[in-house]
Amino acid sequence: MSSVLFDVPGPRARLRHRLYAALTIVVVAGLIGFVLYRFAATGQFEGKKWSWLEYVNIQLSLVDALLNTLKAFGLGAVFALVFGAVFAAGQLSDHKIIRVPSMLVVELFRAVPLVVLIFVFHYGVSPGPPLYSVVLGLTLYNGSVLAEVFRAGVLSLPRGQSEAAYAVGMRKTQVMTNVLLPQAVRAMLPAIISQLVVLLKDTALGFLITYDELLDFARDIGSYFEFGRPLIPVTIVVAALYISMCLLLTWLATYLEKRSRRDKKVIELEKNPAEDVVAAAV
Amino acid sequence: MRVRTLAVALLAGGLALTACGKEGGPGDTGTAPPQQVATDVKVDGSPTFDKMKNRGRVVIGVKEDQPGLGYKDPTSGKFNGFDIEIAKLVAAKLGFADDKIDYKAIPSAGREQALINGDVDYYVGTYTINDKRKQQVAFAGPYFTAGQDLLVKKDDNEITGPETLKGKKVCSVTGSTPIQKVKSEGLTEPENIVELQTYSLCVEQLEQGAVDAVTTDDAILKGYASQSPTTLKVIGKPFSNEPYGIGLPKDDKALRDKVNDILDAAISGGDWQKAYDATLGKSGSTAQKPVLERY
Amino acid sequence: MDVLLDNLDLYGPGFLNTVELFLISAVGSLVLGTILAMLRVAPVPVMRAIGTTYVTLIRNTPLTLVFFFFALAFPLLEIVNADTFGGSAASYYFSAALMALILYTAAFVCEVVRSGINTVPVGQAEASRALGLTFGQMLGSVVLPQATRAVVPPMMSTMIALLKNTTIAAGFSVFQAGSISLNLSERGENQLIGLLWVAAFFIVLVIPMTLLQRSLEKRWSIAR
Repeated sequence: MSSVLFDVPGPRARLRHRLYAALTIVVVAGLIGFVLYRFAATGQFEGKKWSWLEYVNIQLSLVDALLNTLKAFGLGAVFALVFGAVFAAGQLSDHKIIRVPSMLVVELFRAVPLVVLIFVFHYGVSPGPPLYSVVLGLTLYNGSVLAEVFRAGVLSLPRGQSEAAYAVGMRKTQVMTNVLLPQAVRAMLPAIISQLVVLLKDTALGFLITYDELLDFARDIGSYFEFGRPLIPVTIVVAALYISMCLLLTWLATYLEKRSRRDKKVIELEKNPAEDVVAAAV
Repeated sequence: MRVRTLAVALLAGGLALTACGKEGGPGDTGTAPPQQVATDVKVDGSPTFDKMKNRGRVVIGVKEDQPGLGYKDPTSGKFNGFDIEIAKLVAAKLGFADDKIDYKAIPSAGREQALINGDVDYYVGTYTINDKRKQQVAFAGPYFTAGQDLLVKKDDNEITGPETLKGKKVCSVTGSTPIQKVKSEGLTEPENIVELQTYSLCVEQLEQGAVDAVTTDDAILKGYASQSPTTLKVIGKPFSNEPYGIGLPKDDKALRDKVNDILDAAISGGDWQKAYDATLGKSGSTAQKPVLERY
Repeated sequence: MDVLLDNLDLYGPGFLNTVELFLISAVGSLVLGTILAMLRVAPVPVMRAIGTTYVTLIRNTPLTLVFFFFALAFPLLEIVNADTFGGSAASYYFSAALMALILYTAAFVCEVVRSGINTVPVGQAEASRALGLTFGQMLGSVVLPQATRAVVPPMMSTMIALLKNTTIAAGFSVFQAGSISLNLSERGENQLIGLLWVAAFFIVLVIPMTLLQRSLEKRWSIAR
């Protein structure tokens, strides 16, 4: 194997690498072993701390919490995609009067921390139950990021696309909605999905304003006395749920990307702008 | 595609979960002996009572997250605690048996609105009587006189009251009245004040040893202490006065008088004490009987 | 304006704490992230696998959950105790917030560094080896200067995100910009105005960073 930094290893290097591998395994196994030992020593694996999983009512409230997380995600994702498309088109408008306000809105909502945004709605405006504030915050923040993604996607398309569309007599709106945005979405699909993963993770912020989602469930069950306050077991379960949901989404992204690569309708861009955005999506 | 995968995954998960489900709860939670249900109750001129009568059921607003007071057991889904006992007692004397009660969990911020809208017939849940609230709702009672107190570990001999908190880590809920008092009276250093989202988390941190004391109304603290009387104790020197009342619709004086009569009988008879002993009393601390304030 | 001026004793320390949280966790996550990136480009498969596993797990976990674990659950393992971090409650929860921010952000720093190194064409390293440069010389004079151009702009985005993420500590007993509003309500001030001031501060901090990042990105992408 030859990467940027290393030449193909010779016999001595291979020996050295094997030594490194062994050392790494020892160190990491030691670390994991130590943590597991702490888990066992403090009784985190005791049956009592996990027995909450057996009760029907708790299982049902876990499913409810999961559905609430998915509800916030679903609503947030749909609204954010719409918001993103509208403001991307706004930013690309020929009219200054539309372009400048769109840019301002997008910059503004990207600069304010999502926590502060959600607090502004929940404590400042109080539009209703916590779900509203969570979805509003998720929509405005992720919508603004998506607007940037869409805009970068449209700008990365070859000029010939819009020129050809104008040449066949399409109007500006038609060019945008029928030619440019659909192609931009395809080109930027990895970036869009990775932003949706961010959105899914950010639903956990609902915890801060007591929206009944997964982390809120973890807090309630975690401080439940009868099961010895199983804070660590319940955190492990909830973390596993989040990680699998996000991996499912990421897996979907790779699948779609592979499929679209086979598809001839997608324009190969010289430099894929999606990569930069994916790397920076926190 | 995605929706189908998700639905299948959820369904499979749901089946796997419920297939081995246990009903009921792990521990027995205290309840007082059931009350004799009164018959032929009349409350003349009370629209709220007429509504209950027509419905055949009573809807009571309660808390669901206060162990020992108003608590919904997450395993059995049943409500228990001192507030619930009082709610049941009042319902029984109004002619409604336990199986005719619908509990509705309402958090502090939504209490006035729930009574004004008529979502609940009455509300029993750590509801402090004060003049500001009396402009929107009416209060019967007080049925309990709470006061700000401290919850500490059983073996802690250093904290004996609010004046001994200096240098100790004190936990309460973010932005709550008790934590404000700790701040404004400088009971401990600002860097030793811990603000979390719920009292349960504070108690959790106390048991871990991350904080030294939890402060709020003694009724709430006794609720936690009654869960684990071997490890926690309430100091028992309240330094504020919080009379808990039963919230009622503002203009229903007939029902208010009736509920006051019921409370009066329960306090002077033995029912109030029985309700206390079965719930908060398990914390090992006693309570003063409240004095009704009719208006 | 009154809300801001009357409560400068909240806003001042609040933002100072935010900046402190940000600076310490920025340094910490840059160091840890670079170590992880080294693992991810290492010639030893086991090292790469470990780096990849860490990044995959952390990138798919909500930061709020990481906070939840370190602030509330981690002490249960008794690896640290209440007096490990200076004794006061504030320093204890502050350290928990630092751990959460560093471990989380490091995964993103790692990805940025790794993808930066990957932008350098293989031929560059091969050519420098052909010229007889040592590994150190190759890294210092050929690969890293070119990788920096691809690393710095997305790294700035990551750091901006880190600055904003410090506000999550509001839910975990760390007093900083995100928790100013919760304290304002105790004083009976208008929360909306108080929060808008907090938002304004972040806009003032973040927008110049964003503009700088964009101009760097533009300039260096042409040079590449």
